[in-house]
Amino acid sequence: MGNVFAWPLFSTPGRLKEHASPFQVIVRKEVGDFVRSWRFYIMLALILLTFVGALYISLENIRQAVTNVNDPDHAFVYLKLLTATDNTLPAFHVLMSFLGPLLGISLGFDAVNAERNNGTLARLIAQPVFRDNLLLAKFYAALLVVGVLFLTLVLLITGGGMLLTGVRPEGTELLRMLAFVILNIVYVGFWLCLSICLSVIFRHAATSALTAIGIWLFFTVFYQIVVNMVMGALVPDPRGLSEAGVISFNNLFLSLLRVAPSQMYSDAATTLLMPSIRSLGPLTMEQMAGAIPAPLSFRESLMIVWPQVTGLIAATTACFALSYYLFMRKEIRS
Amino acid sequence: MEHPVIELEGLTKRYGRVKAVDDLSLSIGKGEIFGLIGPNGAGKTTTILMMLGLSEPTGGRAMVCGIDATRNPIAVKRKVGYMPDSVGFYDNMTALENLQFIGRLNGIPEQEIIERAHRTMQLVGLSDAMHKKTGAYSRGMKQRLGLADILIREPEVMILDEPTLGIDPSGIQEFLGLVRRLSRQQGLTVLLSSHHLHHMQQICDRVGIFVEGKLLMEGDISSISGKLFGQEPLLVTVTVQEPLSGWPSVETALRELTGVRDVTIGENSIGVTCGSEITPAIVRLMVEMGIGITGVHRKAYGLDDIYARFFENHKKQV
Repeated sequence: MGNVFAWPLFSTPGRLKEHASPFQVIVRKEVGDFVRSWRFYIMLALILLTFVGALYISLENIRQAVTNVNDPDHAFVYLKLLTATDNTLPAFHVLMSFLGPLLGISLGFDAVNAERNNGTLARLIAQPVFRDNLLLAKFYAALLVVGVLFLTLVLLITGGGMLLTGVRPEGTELLRMLAFVILNIVYVGFWLCLSICLSVIFRHAATSALTAIGIWLFFTVFYQIVVNMVMGALVPDPRGLSEAGVISFNNLFLSLLRVAPSQMYSDAATTLLMPSIRSLGPLTMEQMAGAIPAPLSFRESLMIVWPQVTGLIAATTACFALSYYLFMRKEIRS
Repeated sequence: MEHPVIELEGLTKRYGRVKAVDDLSLSIGKGEIFGLIGPNGAGKTTTILMMLGLSEPTGGRAMVCGIDATRNPIAVKRKVGYMPDSVGFYDNMTALENLQFIGRLNGIPEQEIIERAHRTMQLVGLSDAMHKKTGAYSRGMKQRLGLADILIREPEVMILDEPTLGIDPSGIQEFLGLVRRLSRQQGLTVLLSSHHLHHMQQICDRVGIFVEGKLLMEGDISSISGKLFGQEPLLVTVTVQEPLSGWPSVETALRELTGVRDVTIGENSIGVTCGSEITPAIVRLMVEMGIGITGVHRKAYGLDDIYARFFENHKKQV
């Protein structure tokens, strides 16, 4: 079949609306490009490997985890499938906090500058298309692909879990897993936006990719070290501090750490996947007193992670706004 | 011109302190082929970008098909097909897919796209290479595909930025012939930019000479050269076999001819500057005097001189 382009993702070409909007047309093309690109295959293989590895480890330990009565979360079989590990391999969400940025960067680092270097951008914006549609379509198409990918993974877990354990998933488990999917999409979306922004700024795809990877490395490796050093210099001898003083410094330390998107992501992911986590900061003995270790409801967990999710969405929006601003003012000439 | 298709009024674009386009006024009528000629960096591309609403003018107005390009760029882009100077295509898609994509972006009904794509590919002579990936296209083929890319939208105006750049001479002939034919058949208004006067001469009804953001002159090429060199003298150089010292009277004899302004005598050559065409009279006179002529060179002013006058002098100033 010669007509590869009319790849039916949402509808067959015959049924396509008489006048698809330019936005839809660009999204269709971008999704088609992503799905057939090598970089996507490579990222897909990496994530599938991670997923299979994490699932394998958790299946090895699932019996132990589910029968461990001391763990308040032991009844959540499906969440345990995502998180149970014997420390030979980190859990899936920990691995995703590394791979997510890579996925986002790989889908966005050449979004604009590759088109400019190929001379297709000048041709594209000479069409009767709003310029912001182009940027939005690129972002949306990549997120669509990422969303479908994560949803598939979670559905695979649920389906596989049902076949292997025979346990029926509970409503709250399903909700938590869906929230986890959304969290993943937002997290990858942040890195996607950042790399699209860099692709607007830098003329060469390699520069923008390296810069994005540099930022990612800074946040995963160096940021903690920097925060530790700064706090070490700031904090006086803890022995001379009151309890309240220690706690306030500790909170400051955690807040600083949470500037890193990966920290926000792991905080939110752990809370969503481990229902018994009730606070992300330190708790005083008074707060702990009388508390029975029991899983929180989905709504309560969501309340705990809300600031993190909001933070990620805000960072994504800021990056997108910046790229929008830069792109709208850019003069495109080849 | 009653209703010019393209009308620029005092169009100005400033980048910092540099004026890329300086108070440009121009009107182009329907069905006309207009060539914007100027050296690199003269502001041709900037002007084109402003006509498409892709760049905001600092001052003045660009009206295309009666629509203000700055205020309403989408409406202008619906009527204008633009080919940028290094036109690019999605290399991983075939030529036909590239065209279909553009067709869809322009809201052409799906059923019509294939048929129109086939028709335009035939028109530009690429129907054999339709299913080839554009990555394998040569420069000349890409240029023709760029033309198809414009034609599938059935525009009223074509704007081609440096369309002859990087194609071989026979390719240029073919390409320009194609543009001219299409313009005549479909009544398309065409605006080309180039720094090649020779190419523009073959195709344009009118040209505008554009240097450093200013339109120095406009009109068809013969009237431009007339305007420029009409008052300029002709230079006839005659080379002779024996040294001219043997004919001391030749200078005065030549000066008596009507139209001669100046005579310079060299060892074996004689240069006559004259206001009108009197080469035969000069030769006849010298033959009658018994001078052995080995060569006559008449210097007239053509395209190259227009070019040199405008562009090369300019470079020296810079």
